[in-house]
Amino acid sequence: MSEFILSASHLNKTYSQRSGKFGFGNTLVKALDDVSISLRAGSTLAVVGESGSGKSTLARCLLQLQPLDSGEVLFQGHDLAALSASELRNERRHLQMIFQDPFASLNPRMKVGEIVGEGLLIHQLGSSAEQRSKVLRMLKRVGLSEQDVQKYPHEFSGGQRQRIGIARALVLEPKVVVCDEPVSALDVSIQAQILLLLKELQQEMALSYLFISHDLRVVRHIADEVAVMHKGKVVEQGKVGDIYAAPTQEYTRNLLNAIPGKKALVEQTN
Amino acid sequence: MSELLRIEGLTIAPVAAPDHLLVNNVSFALESGKTTCIVGESGSGKSLTALAVMGLLSPQLRRTQGQVIFQDQDLTRLNNEQMRDIRGKRIGMIFQEPMTSLNPVLTAGYQIGESLAVHLGLKGQALKARVAVLLEQVGIPASRANSYPDELSGGQRQRVMIAMSIACEPAMLIADEPTTALDVTVQAQILKLLDELKSRMNMGMLFITHDFGVVADIADNVVVMFRGAVVESGPVTQVLHAPQHPYTQALLACVPDAEGKKPLKPIDYAWLQEGAVA
Repeated sequence: MSEFILSASHLNKTYSQRSGKFGFGNTLVKALDDVSISLRAGSTLAVVGESGSGKSTLARCLLQLQPLDSGEVLFQGHDLAALSASELRNERRHLQMIFQDPFASLNPRMKVGEIVGEGLLIHQLGSSAEQRSKVLRMLKRVGLSEQDVQKYPHEFSGGQRQRIGIARALVLEPKVVVCDEPVSALDVSIQAQILLLLKELQQEMALSYLFISHDLRVVRHIADEVAVMHKGKVVEQGKVGDIYAAPTQEYTRNLLNAIPGKKALVEQTN
Repeated sequence: MSELLRIEGLTIAPVAAPDHLLVNNVSFALESGKTTCIVGESGSGKSLTALAVMGLLSPQLRRTQGQVIFQDQDLTRLNNEQMRDIRGKRIGMIFQEPMTSLNPVLTAGYQIGESLAVHLGLKGQALKARVAVLLEQVGIPASRANSYPDELSGGQRQRVMIAMSIACEPAMLIADEPTTALDVTVQAQILKLLDELKSRMNMGMLFITHDFGVVADIADNVVVMFRGAVVESGPVTQVLHAPQHPYTQALLACVPDAEGKKPLKPIDYAWLQEGAVA
């Protein structure tokens, strides 16, 4: 049991969607269809799939940001879905999230120091002086400076904002971090910086990542294991090297063949 | 192959700060039936270059120098009315966001037919038939002509944008990050479609992207831009496999590969500047 820090089994989630003329109709969309995944402690599990495959729903449901229809999520041996609101809040300290859009996920009216320190405040960790020094240390660790505490999010570039998002998630010293497409809104050069930072922090803080992405080149780089989602189901799961070398499912093969840059590689090897 | 477009010494600066060059002395050429990719990070001036070709710069920006010669005609000397005859008819353009660049209250068919009606004067059944052919060409059933953009998926919307841009069979197509907002599988389809259309219609394509994977798949020639200036240009194999400029090398080193063998190396800008001085 100790090998897996987070394991989810038989998750189901259905959305109802208005449809037809004037939205009078109702269709049910299965966003998660009997999904089971497990995240090894200290490793990175990537969830890949096209938009609409249910990967972001999975992330939100794992953290109980959205109620599940059925299924259980075991974190360090107890079921998150069965916890009361206050118990869940205590657990959330160990389960943090880094969001996709660094422009939308930071409150524009809060200073960076407040944004990063808010989690410490909510969980009442340490005195205010300790909180302040923790925030400063974390900001420095992600590559920002002490003066940045007083600034507002709009004063930063996209890559810097994503660093703020990372600092906010990691200042609580969580055990599991869910990264929902953390680099897809960034330029390649910034993307490389952020990926390296995430990898370093994983080593230093013994983090386990659930990494959601549709970019299979990024996934190859950061993940240890990968789960491929298609229409709400996990169609294939395993070690990154194995799946990239020998995908067993047609859908995985299609995804891998769609990675741009294949043509030049073929020419190069010829 | 004949030369289709030649940009010479193009320089763009804000009206309010003429010394701050956003695009600095950019020159390159494009041939019919070939694809030239402009690659660079955000803020490198690649989109501004494309907008300047179309004469679509915002009033706050001004082209301070340079020529845009398209089919032996200097576009920078034309007035707005003359430009209107070129936009959409002889140069088509595809924008990045298919969600925001289509009009939500007009049907896909109407939006495709608009340029046909304006430039070629098509009407009634002839117009309808042409729109149907265009939709089939980009892989959408002709019956979807009456659909509104919100009824189409992201990939289909981008196909509608492509149908609009090739409606008048332009000699040149400008595509500004047409696949950035799309899934990998859809991206592969759209790139294939654009490549086919380019060959079939012998169009020249100016393709803007920041993804070197896409460049490798689609480009014949590559222009690498950094902080407003062209740092390197040449045939795709040369730029990708034997990059000369340290910036191109650094940018290529940032791109993760599908095999996971290559260590990622973010760009060290300080070192770059030293390299430029040395």
